[in-house]
Amino acid sequence: MADKQSSLGGHLRENGMLLALVAIVALFSLLVFLQGKPMFLQAPNITNIFLQNGHVIILALGMLLIIVAGHIDLSVGSVAAFTGAVAAYLTVDLDLPIYAVIPLTLIVGGLIGAAQGYWVAYWRIPSFIVTLAGMLVFRGATLWLLGGQNIGPFPKAFQAMSSGFIPDLTGIGKPHGLTLIVTAIAIAVVIWIGLRARSRDAEFGITPEPTGLFWGRTIIIAAAMAFVGWQLASFRGLPNVLVVLAVLIILYAFFTENTVQGRRIYAVGGNYKASLLSGIRADRLVFFCFVNMGVLAALAGMMVTARLNSATPKAGTGFELDAIAAVFIGGASMAGGSGKIIGVVIGALIMGVMNMGMSILGIGIDYQQMIKGLVLLAAVIFDVYNKNK
Amino acid sequence: MSTLLEMRGITKVFPGVKALDRVSLTVEAGEIHAICGENGAGKSTLMKVLSGVYPHGSYDGEIIYDGQPLQNRSIRDSEAKGIIIIHQELALIPLLSIAENLFMGNEVATNGVISWPLAMQKTGDLLRRVGLNEPPSAVVGKLGVGKQQLIEIAKALSKNVRLLILDEPTAALQEADADRLLDLMLELKSQGVTQIIISHKLNEISRVADRITVIRDGTSVSTLSKSEISEDRIIRDMVGRDIAHRYPERTPNPGEVLFEVENWSCMHPEQAGRQMIKGVSLNVRKGEIVGIAGLMGTGRTELAMSLFGRSYGKGHQGTVRMHGKPVDVSTVTKAIQAGISYVTEDRKALGLILEEPILKNISLANLFGIAKNSILDKRREAQVAEGYRKQLAIRTPGVQQKVVNLSGGNQQKVVLSKWLFTDPELLILDEPTRGIDVGAKFEIYTIMKDLAEQGRGVLMISSEMPELLGMCDRIYVMNEGRIVGELSRAEASQERIMALIVKDNGKTTGKVA
Repeated sequence: MADKQSSLGGHLRENGMLLALVAIVALFSLLVFLQGKPMFLQAPNITNIFLQNGHVIILALGMLLIIVAGHIDLSVGSVAAFTGAVAAYLTVDLDLPIYAVIPLTLIVGGLIGAAQGYWVAYWRIPSFIVTLAGMLVFRGATLWLLGGQNIGPFPKAFQAMSSGFIPDLTGIGKPHGLTLIVTAIAIAVVIWIGLRARSRDAEFGITPEPTGLFWGRTIIIAAAMAFVGWQLASFRGLPNVLVVLAVLIILYAFFTENTVQGRRIYAVGGNYKASLLSGIRADRLVFFCFVNMGVLAALAGMMVTARLNSATPKAGTGFELDAIAAVFIGGASMAGGSGKIIGVVIGALIMGVMNMGMSILGIGIDYQQMIKGLVLLAAVIFDVYNKNK
Repeated sequence: MSTLLEMRGITKVFPGVKALDRVSLTVEAGEIHAICGENGAGKSTLMKVLSGVYPHGSYDGEIIYDGQPLQNRSIRDSEAKGIIIIHQELALIPLLSIAENLFMGNEVATNGVISWPLAMQKTGDLLRRVGLNEPPSAVVGKLGVGKQQLIEIAKALSKNVRLLILDEPTAALQEADADRLLDLMLELKSQGVTQIIISHKLNEISRVADRITVIRDGTSVSTLSKSEISEDRIIRDMVGRDIAHRYPERTPNPGEVLFEVENWSCMHPEQAGRQMIKGVSLNVRKGEIVGIAGLMGTGRTELAMSLFGRSYGKGHQGTVRMHGKPVDVSTVTKAIQAGISYVTEDRKALGLILEEPILKNISLANLFGIAKNSILDKRREAQVAEGYRKQLAIRTPGVQQKVVNLSGGNQQKVVLSKWLFTDPELLILDEPTRGIDVGAKFEIYTIMKDLAEQGRGVLMISSEMPELLGMCDRIYVMNEGRIVGELSRAEASQERIMALIVKDNGKTTGKVA
């Protein structure tokens, strides 16, 4: 009995988030239409949602692991700014080629993550304190490295990281053939994974979600992907950012759900002491989560720097809050031990769509902040209400 | 004697489950009334109806209290009428003093300003009444569970209690503390406080209770008076069947020595220079069930945890051997690899991830057992869990059920499954039947018997002496970090065990922890 309820509750949670995303997109489409402006869901806007929010999704992937492990990282905005500045320094001042700059910057990010993770994992210093310190230290380090100036502009190859598009290997050109092929494959994979999970549920004797619900959701997702794919193809094709994002999302979803170490991170956050007594080296896993976060922050830092075409002392301000908000909107628990990659991605997209929609509507930054804050609160209240019911 | 409380035809329905089905309960003024029943029988639900946790209108049936119909809207209502419940999990705030805790929510104050001198004085009076010799300013978290229980009772007294409900008050207490608590109950009875006690421990019920109501599957089965109380009768009513023997029949067939500890010592993790385990030597043979007896706080759990991957203490010294060969148990992983498992006494805090489903809990200590190249095979995980569900009769709709929704006995079976999946040769079971009802206890004992028959060694730590005597082939007695005696099954008796403890250096250890 309770089993049925809890599984239905779980379905409700994920479907609810997806539904919220669809509703928000629909709402902005309507509002933009009523204002008599060009269509909301047109190709440049769709492309821009990914270009402008790619860094939030990337940071949120790492933040999910940290929050699942029962910690928090407030330093990611500053670390992204610092690593962006490092990349700029290496590229512009030292004139290093991009294939040297990218790995070096990622290593710097990893080292920063290790420096913070060391205190959290092995000294048990609360992550809030360590990363609050990191937030200040690396903001200062950014100013120091940049000397208070902007560094830029960048060579084309570096800019392509954030603003490039994949080449059309099919040679069709318009619409972008390769984009269409990738979209079709992606849709097929999504349907196949859904069906496989369903058949496995049946095999394990889990009450499957109602057939109508499953197909309803799958069709909405497939239609949305087809629409986005077509729009992108008719514009300039798949942005490089989206390719990087897709690879990372698949990688992290697989890691968290299907690997031994991924499962162990959930165990550490779910019950730290029980995980220790089950032979899990919790300290190493927490350390790993922070190193991973540092690397992802460096990647996000480079993407933002490349998009702005300059490294600035103010870059990355508030990124940590966007990432944390995406994770909680996506359904992770503050206490640790729960949360899914797909939820985080939807959470980040909700934030991104709202940012763009409100900007197009000409809503002032003052109201934007208030609305975003209330959405975060509402998502978490919805969660708590569901659990108590 | 007049009737203080009468609950008639109480029916409480949760979505899909009838938790209480026309339960009746009559409590006379001035008596101690025991309520017995298996976990999940509906005892706690009935008490929640009485104390207003479930307000009037959310259940059917009527309650007559002190001659008046009782229609509580909240706990505050029932407390105002002198009905006070002390829950199993104590509701004290560890960082505050006794006085602050006692008057929490009921402060000795005028216009919102607390009068501390008066509060301290009242606290002192109340503590004297419950026989607790601690200053009112003592911080609650630093006191033992036994003393905290007394503070809860003092708190109830401060609210002019007329009907005191104690939900498994001695579950976490060692014997001396439990004895003291039962004495206090009898003393309160002589002062005219009517009491309801929910308990699994049949010996203490027969000691204090005037009458017993047995609840089974949400209905009241019988109410027995003092003269009719016998353990066998109560057990029969509780489980609805005769348990001729409370422990499964087994013919011990110990083999060669499996597990040996020689001269094992370790220090307290924080207090420098305090030795907690002092040169312990013991062994367990294949197919043998060996017990460790002792009072709480004498280092039994610390011994087990220090052996299991140095999970307790520091400065470990000594040798551990499996099959006569020294093994490295310096980390939990190495201990598991050596074939040792430790089933904790505190399954909720140390054994389970409550919010995760059964199958994820079972695979946790041996994830590589369901993985290939570090990638989880979820089909295999479900099959493994399903196998243990059948083998150990875990009662659940499915292995996807979160363990938080299971009863204590079924949770314990999940923890056991988790460790069985590591295929241990030696299982250290720490209080394996704590907080588990009689029927499920028998099942756990049967599992232990099966493990021994498979040739595994079982080392069982327990504070319940009858259980040690009923199950073990040999019993070590521990006191203050040392083994003070070893008794064979034939020699062992409660008296001999207690004698070994008490005679140890002539120290009396029966004081409140």
